Amino acid sequence: MTEGQHLQIILRLGDDALVLGQRLSAWCGHGPILEEDIALSNTALDLIGQARNFYTLASSREDQGRDEDQLAFFRTDKEFQNHLLLEQPNGHFGDTIVRQFFFSAFALERYAFLSRQLVDAEVAGIAAKAVKELQYHWEHAAQWIVRLGDGTTESHEKVQASIDHLWSYTGEFFNADEVDAAGAEAGLLPDLEVMRKAWNASVEACLAQATLTRPEDGWMQRGGKQGIHSEHLSYMLAEMQVLPRTYPDATW
Amino acid sequence: MSPVEMNLEARFDAYVAEEKKIEPKDWMPDAYRKTLIRQISQHAHSEIVGMLPEGNWISRAPSLKRKAILLAKVQDEAGHGLYLYSAAETLGVTRDQMLDDLHTGKAKYSSIFNYPTLTWADMGAVGWLVDGAAIMNQVPLCKCSYGPYARAMVRVCKEESFHQRQGFQVMLNLAQGTPEQKAMAQDALNRWWWPSLMMFGPNDADSPHSAQSMKWNIKRFSNDELRQRFVDMTVPQAELLGLTIPDPDLKWNEARGHYDFGDIQWEEFYNVIKGNGPCNKERLAARVKAHEDGAWVREAANAYAQKQKAKKADATTHAA
Ligand SMILES: [Fe+2]
Ligand SMILES: [Fe+2]
Ligand SMILES: [Fe+2]
Repeated sequence: MTEGQHLQIILRLGDDALVLGQRLSAWCGHGPILEEDIALSNTALDLIGQARNFYTLASSREDQGRDEDQLAFFRTDKEFQNHLLLEQPNGHFGDTIVRQFFFSAFALERYAFLSRQLVDAEVAGIAAKAVKELQYHWEHAAQWIVRLGDGTTESHEKVQASIDHLWSYTGEFFNADEVDAAGAEAGLLPDLEVMRKAWNASVEACLAQATLTRPEDGWMQRGGKQGIHSEHLSYMLAEMQVLPRTYPDATW
Repeated sequence: MSPVEMNLEARFDAYVAEEKKIEPKDWMPDAYRKTLIRQISQHAHSEIVGMLPEGNWISRAPSLKRKAILLAKVQDEAGHGLYLYSAAETLGVTRDQMLDDLHTGKAKYSSIFNYPTLTWADMGAVGWLVDGAAIMNQVPLCKCSYGPYARAMVRVCKEESFHQRQGFQVMLNLAQGTPEQKAMAQDALNRWWWPSLMMFGPNDADSPHSAQSMKWNIKRFSNDELRQRFVDMTVPQAELLGLTIPDPDLKWNEARGHYDFGDIQWEEFYNVIKGNGPCNKERLAARVKAHEDGAWVREAANAYAQKQKAKKADATTHAA
């Protein structure tokens, strides 16, 4: 693992958290019940906090003098390396929950590994805090999967459709590129094949309880980790970055 | 009114006059209950409608720190809504009924939220002025005669004063920033000043419910008293920011020991209440949409809970 790859790994962790946190925060004020406005905002706050921790760490490691905000607001979509799933639009509540469910199952395992690895103590420190947060995110999403799946006919059909639609974005989690491979070889990142098994086990158990069907593994979308995104990310960043880019000399 | 009721009411009045708390199971006059339901539900609605103008800037907050602070603030407002709906429920009304009244336009919410948030500086001005005015109105409610409301307000006020300081901090950063930022801050103050003064309601002479609410220890200070206090508190803060309050008649009155200020445009106030504010339609439409879009989710949660209950009942029957 080169120093550049090490840095890239940290930025990818930050990008996943920020992009999903930004998406989720749009539910604040618009949830199906007030309790969910609060729960989804809590989750978004955790994710934004994780992103800030990773960006601050990255900024201390790189020599370009970019702080967390320059990393968040002055990189283009090509430079963001989040998984494609996380930039997908919120859709309806079921779409949002399924996206959260798929990612949380993955991120929980990933943070658990990151908190235990001995290669980068600072990453381990951030991950140790994030594991506790992800445990809650996962439980919250999994509970909703069960309620929606085993609720009404309408909710069952809707959430099954969300699962079928978003399934093709889950393969990217386990599709190792050379950065993932180098990170795994150095012991910083988990073996993605091991992750795949753990993810499948937790997702399948929950779907079964929810009376939902696990889709067949067909063609999987990819590209986010290489900066080749869906059409959605550029719009998201345009909105998110508008003020710092309009007033580049200002501090807030 | 029967002699028994007259007796009860006299005892109630005496009890309240002694600064004692009324609790949900205590006897209370019908009008007291109705007044509280109206006021608390209106307050709850204001909290959740109030999430919208500030929520408008979460996605565009100019730094990650500001994004987190703003999101946490708007989330707090959801929490305030929850405490207040719960307090109102102790009076025998359900959250669903209250929400229906909001969605059909039968219930009101604070008119201030019918103004648009046009720039980032509005996040400062709203926190500083709107949360600031809310605190002025709400601190006395911590001693309100109705226990559940008073206790909810203690929690709410703690968070509101935090919001007010955060809003002031946003303003301070802008006021000390680039010329564009300072202009943004001044513009926000220009737009939010008068609507904030209107948050205290009509002048005392035109305030219909006030006298009875004062007698019941629901209201402690008159609209004009609270408004004056707010002006007196805020003027020095504006000076500290180096911003100008948009009122040529504003000046210190040595004899009164208060600031004098100009006349409020009540015609605008009543028009915004009537539905003619810049954002009345959007705000209500956003609440209705969230509620309608969420119907299938709430139905699913209920259906699931029913199934679980039935399963449990089934299990106990078989075990027995
Ligand atoms: Fe309030
Ligand atoms: Fe509030
Ligand atoms: Fe507030």
